[in-house]
Amino acid sequence: MREFLPIGEWAEKTVNFILENDHGVLAGLGDIVGYSTELIEQLLHLIPDWLLASTIVALGFWRLGWKFAVVAAGALTIIIGTGFWPATMVTLALIISATLISLCVGIPLGIAAALNRRINYLLRPVLDFMQTMPAFVYLIPAAMLFGLGRVPAVLATVIFAMPPVVRLTALGIRHVNKEQVEAGITFGCTPLQVLLKIQIPGALPSIMAGINQTIMMALSMVIIASMVGGGGLGNNVLASIQRLDIGLGFESGLAVVLLAIILDRLTESFGLRKEERIARRTNGQGQDS
Amino acid sequence: MQEKIVVKDLYKVFGPKPDLAMQLLRSGKDKDYIVRETGMVIGVQNANFQINAGEIFVIMGLSGSGKSTLIRLINRLIEPTAGQVLVDGQDVASMPPQQLIKLRRRDMAMVFQSFALLPHLTVLANAAFGLEVAGVPRKEREARAMKVLEQVGLSAFANRYPRELSGGMQQRAGLARALVVNPSLMLMDEAFSALDPLKRTEMQGLLLDLQREHQRTIIFVSHDLDEACRIGNRIAIMEGGRIVQIGTPDEIIRNPADEYVRAFFNGVDVNKYLSAKDIADADAVPVFSAAQDFGDGFHAAIERLRSVKRNYGFVVDSERKFVGAVSIDSMIRSLESGAKELSHALMGDLPPVRCDLNLRDLIGRIVRMPYPLPVIEAQGHYVGAVTQTILLKKMAKEEMTHA
Repeated sequence: MREFLPIGEWAEKTVNFILENDHGVLAGLGDIVGYSTELIEQLLHLIPDWLLASTIVALGFWRLGWKFAVVAAGALTIIIGTGFWPATMVTLALIISATLISLCVGIPLGIAAALNRRINYLLRPVLDFMQTMPAFVYLIPAAMLFGLGRVPAVLATVIFAMPPVVRLTALGIRHVNKEQVEAGITFGCTPLQVLLKIQIPGALPSIMAGINQTIMMALSMVIIASMVGGGGLGNNVLASIQRLDIGLGFESGLAVVLLAIILDRLTESFGLRKEERIARRTNGQGQDS
Repeated sequence: MQEKIVVKDLYKVFGPKPDLAMQLLRSGKDKDYIVRETGMVIGVQNANFQINAGEIFVIMGLSGSGKSTLIRLINRLIEPTAGQVLVDGQDVASMPPQQLIKLRRRDMAMVFQSFALLPHLTVLANAAFGLEVAGVPRKEREARAMKVLEQVGLSAFANRYPRELSGGMQQRAGLARALVVNPSLMLMDEAFSALDPLKRTEMQGLLLDLQREHQRTIIFVSHDLDEACRIGNRIAIMEGGRIVQIGTPDEIIRNPADEYVRAFFNGVDVNKYLSAKDIADADAVPVFSAAQDFGDGFHAAIERLRSVKRNYGFVVDSERKFVGAVSIDSMIRSLESGAKELSHALMGDLPPVRCDLNLRDLIGRIVRMPYPLPVIEAQGHYVGAVTQTILLKKMAKEEMTHA
């Protein structure tokens, strides 16, 4: 069949057009992202592994109790023991960097979508696109625009990981109790006061769930982004595939899983109310409220 | 009395083209036609009323009658489509936003059905919320909030969170939050409807106590007739966005404007809301003037009672104040003993009843009493008499109209 819609060609031309006419904006943006990611990475490497690991265990004990602290201690021992600590730190730096950018852009976008119906309508298909387009596809233009290395890895990750926090922020704000918002207006809140004193605090559990989801998506994307030179655990996974090295593949994959568990439980705990956390601590089970 | 709120020709249309709906309304189309043809809903239609300062004004109606919309038009939580809402002479409906925010901070507060406390703030911080928004420093606002929490009996729970409180206590906190800004106008939207009947009565009592201490203008939305009659100085009844009747509880119960209003009292014991003056009959018992009718002893009076076939008569003074009761027997006995003064003929065991005595207590009095009961006003002026027959007739009539 004859192809009469050369969308692919248009996409390529668009990327090339940006590349030729960006007047150094992209390079500047890339530098900022690159340097800040590298800074986070250096900081993580600077802290001795035992110190950072015990800090994480202590944090787990404070937020979720001794059971989780034991799990975290076991997981971190495995990561250190298999020699994947440095690679894990590189991956963690990429995740932190990508997550911070996603939140800085995503939360304001979510708020705007909740408050303005038109923005919401415009944003929805864009978010669908960002989330469902196969993750690998972002890597090509990212690499073309920013070269190989950390920068395209982080930015491709941002695009893939940002939608949940936008959606859940908007959802949370829209679902704040209507009479609570009315109460705010009745007592003389300005629209900004309503947002800051009622809507955002009311939407916080939902926003925290969004942040948690964004971090998990970032983790999965950061591994894939090793194809454009993101580094970290993704490199090991990639190498194991190329060399059909079962041992390396299992060890590096395990490190990813363990990192995911720790990040998920810890960030989730910040979205729970105090008594829900206590309930989990004593029952060892989740409890819906 | 001073008018606190004047509502003039107030309309609210929900829908994309309110102007079109207004045009249709002005050309005489009704709201059912407008919903059918345009899909737009008339929330409030041509509301006109005044509320006096210090009055508790209850808006009653079934769900969907527009009562919650109407109360929200008064502080402009909902934008009016047409008309005016004058609060102390200022039109809320056309006020610029800055001025509206000032007015809300200074002089208006609202209490909600779902309490609408902020879950992330303590009871104290919730109570102080209105002051926080207005920029009052923390120390001062917490001191003022604490005082009001004491008033509503919640000071021991100041540092708890709303979810740790029972429903009744949460609404006390909601009430405290409204009182802390010391508003002259309070809007209460089904404020006690979510509470169990016992707590509801308790909160109504609290509201009335607070009102005695400090007279505020209160607009209270309710669907509960008992509540409306207990706390309301006047009641407005709404149906389908229109106000169908406004009046005191007495007026509305005695003269319901239409079937809809009457239907409100179906299954409700209206006798609870009737009082002695509503059934007292001025002609039931012959009345004698103490100064004129006993000039020549008791003969004329006895003759008059015999001619109307009554055994009893009441005596009033020159200002129509109740003096006492006489019977044919008591007058004959006085004549036989040779006493000519009226005081000898008066029967001692007939205390008059006040005209605001409710029907329930009246029944209790009258079953123990074979005579007609005199009904008097607060200053002692005679209003009429209640007999067992009159009472039974009145109750039978109520049964008929509500059956």
